[in-house]
Amino acid sequence: MILFSRAYRRALLLALLAAPPVTLIASHVGAALPARPQTVAIKMFAFTPQVITVAPGTTVTWTNADEDPHTVTATDKSFHSAAMDEDDKFSFTFMKPGEYAYFCSLHPHMTGKVIVKG
Amino acid sequence: MDDHDILNPRLDRRGMLMRCAGWAGTAALYTVSGGIISSMGLDAALAAEPRKGRTRPFTFLQISDTHIGFDKAANPDARGTAIRAVERIRALPIKPDLILHTGDITHLSKDEQFDDAKQILSDLGAPIVFVPGEHDFLDEGQGKAYLAHHGQGTLGRGWQSFDHDGVHFVGLNNVAALKPGGMAHLGDDQLAWLAKDLAPLSASTPIVVFGHIPLWTVYEAWGWGTDDSAQALALLARFGSVTVLNGHIHQIISKVEGNVTFHSARSTAYPQPAPGAAPSPGPLKVPTEQLPSMLGIRTARFLRGSEPIALIEQTLA
Repeated sequence: MILFSRAYRRALLLALLAAPPVTLIASHVGAALPARPQTVAIKMFAFTPQVITVAPGTTVTWTNADEDPHTVTATDKSFHSAAMDEDDKFSFTFMKPGEYAYFCSLHPHMTGKVIVKG
Repeated sequence: MDDHDILNPRLDRRGMLMRCAGWAGTAALYTVSGGIISSMGLDAALAAEPRKGRTRPFTFLQISDTHIGFDKAANPDARGTAIRAVERIRALPIKPDLILHTGDITHLSKDEQFDDAKQILSDLGAPIVFVPGEHDFLDEGQGKAYLAHHGQGTLGRGWQSFDHDGVHFVGLNNVAALKPGGMAHLGDDQLAWLAKDLAPLSASTPIVVFGHIPLWTVYEAWGWGTDDSAQALALLARFGSVTVLNGHIHQIISKVEGNVTFHSARSTAYPQPAPGAAPSPGPLKVPTEQLPSMLGIRTARFLRGSEPIALIEQTLA
């Protein structure tokens, strides 16, 4: 999610400007480093892969390949996309380890999960 | 003009057969010979004596799934086919008393799509009543746009009821606050309202329930059903005649369950595959020349309160 990652970058920048102990900066950078972006396809009314395991700090991008609109909506409402028309994308950056179940709020039989492991 | 014109020549055989299947065992309204309903039988039905008592025969119309804003391969001109449907409505020899739109008015809940739909669906010669589809509830405000355009005079998330000539009409919203892994959903607040709404009615009152997603489970794997519909149907069980009309699945499928008949309608925008006939329920691409025969509108005619409503399916071919 763009806003979230911007806020995170801003926090990181502020942390750098404030010149905190070197170890603290290193821990921030270290958390962000292994996170390669991941993608999930929304195709034929399914999330593929349905379950994805990522490192903390990973940005996951969903792309809707269907002619029908879909959404990516966290079951606990912690994140959600707008309605995505064909070819629309939605990204969210997962910082905290945990399991994030989500579904399509228009077609609730479509479900998926992001597992964030440190 | 007589009723015959309403049927001819655009009443397609498949629709009639589907209807026949839906009515099997409950109504002898049409005569069936060799699996084909004769037009004589149909004419006779439409010329039947008016209902006794305070009600008279009347017709109303169902239009569904106009998806204004849809422009993809399955129908690059959904606006054009909606206009075609409206032209058919205006040309009906028997004017409907009212028109029900069973949702997915727009494709993406955009204000300009609601406005365009309003303009296309104007001057129909009868009042039009809406219930939302999930495509009308996908704005950031989760229905705010729909309620701003069509919420006037409705309750809660857009549900409503009214009486017309002795028939009680109930419009439901089963597209809001859907739950992960589930199907369509009415919600406890709407069900509580429905119980109160139906309570004062006598069991002989004909009931027409209209909503977007089917109130019976057509195909669970595609979410074609309503997970708390059993509670609504329990409230309707004491009535002698209940007709449930819905859209969403862009095809005619009927079912009879006791005193309740369920009928899903065609879209004016694009067809969808038969349940389970494709890997997913998305828009079905058919040859361009075939498309109009898979789109349509539905006229419903009340004859007598004790009998099911006569449905007349009309394609856009």
